[in-house]
Amino acid sequence: MRPTTRPSSARAPASLREPRIQPMKPSAVSKRKLKESSAESAESISQVQKILRERFCHHCAAGKLFGMEQQYRHLLELLKRTTVHGESNSALIIGPRGSGKTTLLNHVLKDLREMKQVRENLLEVHLNGKAPVQSDVQKGKKLCKAGKGGKFLVGEKDNCQLFMRNPFLSGLLQTNDKVALKEITRQLQLENVVGDKVFGSFAENLAFLLEALRKGDRTSSCPILFVLDEFDLFVHHKNQTLLYNLFDISQSAQTPVTVIGLTCRQDILELLEKRVKSRFSHRQIYLMNSFDFKQYIKIFKKQLSLPDEFPDESFAQKWNNNVQHLSEDKTVQDVLQKLFHHTKDLRSLHLLLMLAGSAVTVHHPLLTAADLQEASRQHSTDCKANIVHGLSVLEICLIIAMKHLNEVYDGEPFNFQMVYNEFQKFIQRKAHSMYNFEKPVVMKAFEHLLQLELVQPLERPSVRAQREYLLMKLLLDSSQIMEALQVYPNCPTDVKQWAASSLSWL
Amino acid sequence: FSLRIMNTRQQSKLIYSWYGKPLNSDRKLRTFQYKGILITSESTKTEACIQLGDFILVEGVNADQPYVAQLMDLYENGAQDKRAVVQWFCRLEEIPQNKRKLLKREISAQEVFFDQVLGYDTDIAAETIIKSIMVLPLHLGEELPIITLNKEQTFYVRQSWDGKCFKVLSPDTFSKLKEANKKRGVITNSSKAFIPSDILTPVKREMGSVVRSATKSKNHDMEIESKHSTSKSSLARERHSQRVANSDIKTPTARKKLELNSPTRSKGRLLGCEVLGLLDDDCDSIAPLEPSATKRKVKFTSEILGSPPKIPCSNDKSRSTPETAEERQRFSETMQFSPYTKVRDFSEKDKNLHEKDDNISLVGYQKRSSQIPVLTPRSRRTCAQKTSALIAEQISMLDQEDFQSDSDSSYSSSSEEEEDDDMPCTPEKKTKSSRIFSTPKSSRKSAVHTPAKTPKKTPLQGTPRTPRTPRNATPEIPRRIQAAQEPASVLEEARLRLHVSAIPESLPCREEEFQDIYNFVESKLIDGTGGCMYISGVPGTGKTATVHEVIRCLQQAAEDEELPPFQFVEINGMKLTDPHQAYVQILEFLTGQKVTAAHAAVLLAKLFSTPGPKRKTTVLVVDELDLLWTRKQNVMYNLFDWPTQKHSKLIILAIANTMDLPERIMMNRVASRLGLTRMSFQPYTYKQLQQIVSSRLKGVKAFEEDAVQLVSRKVAALSGDARRCLDICRRATEICEFARQNRTPEIVRMAHVTEAIDEMFSSPYVNAIRNASLHEQIFLKAILAEFRRAGVEEATVQQIYHHFVALCRVEGLQSPTVSEIMAICSRLGACRLLLVEATNKYLHMRVRLNLSQDDVLYALREE
Repeated sequence: MRPTTRPSSARAPASLREPRIQPMKPSAVSKRKLKESSAESAESISQVQKILRERFCHHCAAGKLFGMEQQYRHLLELLKRTTVHGESNSALIIGPRGSGKTTLLNHVLKDLREMKQVRENLLEVHLNGKAPVQSDVQKGKKLCKAGKGGKFLVGEKDNCQLFMRNPFLSGLLQTNDKVALKEITRQLQLENVVGDKVFGSFAENLAFLLEALRKGDRTSSCPILFVLDEFDLFVHHKNQTLLYNLFDISQSAQTPVTVIGLTCRQDILELLEKRVKSRFSHRQIYLMNSFDFKQYIKIFKKQLSLPDEFPDESFAQKWNNNVQHLSEDKTVQDVLQKLFHHTKDLRSLHLLLMLAGSAVTVHHPLLTAADLQEASRQHSTDCKANIVHGLSVLEICLIIAMKHLNEVYDGEPFNFQMVYNEFQKFIQRKAHSMYNFEKPVVMKAFEHLLQLELVQPLERPSVRAQREYLLMKLLLDSSQIMEALQVYPNCPTDVKQWAASSLSWL
Repeated sequence: FSLRIMNTRQQSKLIYSWYGKPLNSDRKLRTFQYKGILITSESTKTEACIQLGDFILVEGVNADQPYVAQLMDLYENGAQDKRAVVQWFCRLEEIPQNKRKLLKREISAQEVFFDQVLGYDTDIAAETIIKSIMVLPLHLGEELPIITLNKEQTFYVRQSWDGKCFKVLSPDTFSKLKEANKKRGVITNSSKAFIPSDILTPVKREMGSVVRSATKSKNHDMEIESKHSTSKSSLARERHSQRVANSDIKTPTARKKLELNSPTRSKGRLLGCEVLGLLDDDCDSIAPLEPSATKRKVKFTSEILGSPPKIPCSNDKSRSTPETAEERQRFSETMQFSPYTKVRDFSEKDKNLHEKDDNISLVGYQKRSSQIPVLTPRSRRTCAQKTSALIAEQISMLDQEDFQSDSDSSYSSSSEEEEDDDMPCTPEKKTKSSRIFSTPKSSRKSAVHTPAKTPKKTPLQGTPRTPRTPRNATPEIPRRIQAAQEPASVLEEARLRLHVSAIPESLPCREEEFQDIYNFVESKLIDGTGGCMYISGVPGTGKTATVHEVIRCLQQAAEDEELPPFQFVEINGMKLTDPHQAYVQILEFLTGQKVTAAHAAVLLAKLFSTPGPKRKTTVLVVDELDLLWTRKQNVMYNLFDWPTQKHSKLIILAIANTMDLPERIMMNRVASRLGLTRMSFQPYTYKQLQQIVSSRLKGVKAFEEDAVQLVSRKVAALSGDARRCLDICRRATEICEFARQNRTPEIVRMAHVTEAIDEMFSSPYVNAIRNASLHEQIFLKAILAEFRRAGVEEATVQQIYHHFVALCRVEGLQSPTVSEIMAICSRLGACRLLLVEATNKYLHMRVRLNLSQDDVLYALREE
């Protein structure tokens, strides 16, 4: 990938490095070690890492489009008509998470800007918004990612570019219409009209904005693009006032607006109120990840290979050849196939490659199939089973007891006393290696399991209820337990036997 | 400020009583005619007498804009209601915006038009009379007389307005108005002779309201200070509620304006002008003694304006001293001289004078006065002589009267008021008008008291209308630099026309509904009554469009004088943040006031329940009515209750989607008030849709006939939503544009339309499932298997997981871990292929399908 020219975007990955620092650590350490040995190679390696990191973490702005040419064309034409003809429109981009909705939109906007710049320099005068601050976007994105469901009120990007004003709203940030309206006013830079006075009320704000938009007309007003991220969350706003008004404007002879909603919900149209639905133009752009495995391999290659502008050409050549080899390797294909079967989402591919790519060091300059296998293993580990690995034998015994209870009572909930009794049975009849712990100790172990959320109470513990008799459920499947026991280090054999069969002591 | 509000409360009670004995009575009708009415304020014990022929202010819709009228008759009817018959004058604000252009000149706020519009009720309740004022007839070319004081109270009439065009006052009317002025003087005199109360009024008032007099004197102190606009507005309201003439409270502002406008004016010159004004007025009548004396006093204050402010104040206060009398004498002497010189000057300068001079300067005066001799047959000279005699007389009168007032300030105000009340038609009026020495702009300013102005009332040309409060700031989306491209090809043209926002010339297929609504509103308009109509229909059936079309036609008809004029207000439930905001919006439309919802409700209720004599009928369109629902339903109740009031003149067109909305969500009392005038818009049939599309595409050959028909049939079968139909057609043009390879023009064919329809109507689920990853598909299969096993359409992830593992074994795949299963589950849940519980239940999370099992099977089987 070519190096970015904008200083702001160069800063962005730096700020992004923080959350990703964990997988990068080994390479960072080794990089330091290698500075003495081969500076040139180290330079290349760090370049590679930088490029890959940008590609995999920063996917929204710079990612390439795969298998969505048609959608791209549709959206581009749509927005072009809005800007050129002042035609109002509304559309929804629908696709599962990680299918590239935002990427698509960003690509279209980027291309549109470039196209305009090339064709019509005059329009550039209209650039009255501040240039989009990339790091801001990233911050917003990061928060989005970090806090799904969390409610942040963070300034979103102000994407006022040459010809089009572009309020960008996210359902996660603009949690109600009032906030959304304020944000729109801010992004349209209309708040200066009101001076530094804060809007009196929601009603005034709405009236103000509607008035502003009503005044314009098709031929003379600057078209506005509204981007509603997490569109489905706007649907839950009271009366869907915001959506109604936006769609109503898009269907009436006012300021030309285009409303683009991004959502992953397939049933989004059913959520719209009938009047809102009628005003929505029913343009839906579906992104489906509709590529097959061959294309997937190609994407894999493209994502991993170095661009032509890479400074160290010989290294790039070597790297790219290696990537080519990898893509033909059987084990790599198996790994990819497994992932592909699991999910077609490119984000998980990125994650896999990220994990694998972090193994690249100066000593180990090229990716190997083993790296990918290891990454795949890491990628697909069962987190709950992992927790079981770290439990004490007593805790394992309790889990086994619960497993037996589940089998006996067919998944009915149990309480601590039942588990304790089951455990006692095992201790008295079978166990030779196990020490008979006292009840409070067992209770402590049980509580630890509760804290780890391997066990979950059915209802919130009330003050009066005795802890021993709280009804619980085990959050592990028996297969998970058995698997975990297989790899559990130094597991006593009698415990293993007991786990295999509750009746083994007979 | 707060003191005044207190006053308002104190004085809010006014008593109207007849003045004198009934003149004559009609036995049959049991009416008694009177020659005057006394307005007594209870709290302040002030009285004002208004007599036949007087010009009066009548309470209007807006507290700040009372109507101007001439009192023609006063009578008491059988029901003992005090009634008054008036001749209306209309202000510029009452004239429709588009007609104002006909004037082709600037109109000052003080100018009114002799109202010849038919259809206004001239019979009003006497209780709506606020106070008396002055209306001076002027010839068309005449400049506004200069009035420095009491601008509020003086109006001019130059032209008449009959609803279509402006006409010069007929000589008849003109002389009648003059006559009224004259007559008034006489009456005042006589009345004074009969009842001393006229003269006593000021005293009484002063005793009655200590607080007020305090305020007043303060006002006088502030004469040269600028007053805050808010206090002005509050004053206006106060006056309105008081219904007591309180004229000079506003003068300070006017004076201030005056000074600002003509800072260089010299005293002597001003005097000259004044005298000229006097001459003009007095030329055809003998001024009555008492009123002119009071007026003269006011004149002095105005004279003083040109001089440093301190002196006038002291002058005002020490009015009863002989010294001031002397001073006056001196002034009057100067006055005597000045006219001659002026007149001479004018004859020379006449030619050089500019036609327009809206800055009030001496030039303006000169011009005016120079023209007057031409217009009036009487000679200047005699007039001047008369005036000088008159002034001498007045001064002597004044000296006699001075003992009556302790505080000069209050005296002057009350005398002024008295003058307003009693003798608006005397020639003095002109002098008075000349006292209001200000530009049209400044006078306008003083008339515009409140920041809350009706949007329909545009200020005069040249008046800078700066937003008073930030709230009124009107935001604007920046203009685009590059002009929007016009459609280049047939398809683009078609697309433009097919856009829902494009307004067609006519609304096809809704002729009947149109006619029904039109007839309904028209009949109500003609009758001057109110009524409700409920319009229902599914979205996209043209309800709002038809109503708008009706309104457009009605407005056209009203403009062409076929119908009485009306106001059109529209609110949309969806565009309100709260049902109660409806009040605020309606009130803002009607009067321009911005108040809170609760207050707006009160004001509206008052507005619609009290007889507004000149109020136009209001047509109120309530879109998305169902959103105005509240628990107590008081918004809807009020909306539908107003039209049933006798004087409301309110026609409501309520629009909603459901046919049985009144029965379903409304309480009985609300539904009953809504009435039974209902109309339902049926969904469009395919033929109608076809007609709609083809009417829009008239002259553009972009679609195959069959293609349009296909779309119409498809949409008609689904919803009958015209928007949908147009959107599909629009999309089809795009697809057609994509599809055509070379530049050959193409028209939209069946294939394109089919594609567009598929795009819009196909269920996304099947496609989503087909494009899902293998394990996601297996997961769905596992769900189906579990459902079949359990017989319940709900399963936990754990149960599904077991099936999943089994299925994987069958397929020969490595079974994924539980974490991966959870990920798959939440992914499908995010797409809403599945409905899932909160994820913290992990394996015990319950899962349901969001589509039918058959759909899933169908989607999975294909492969």
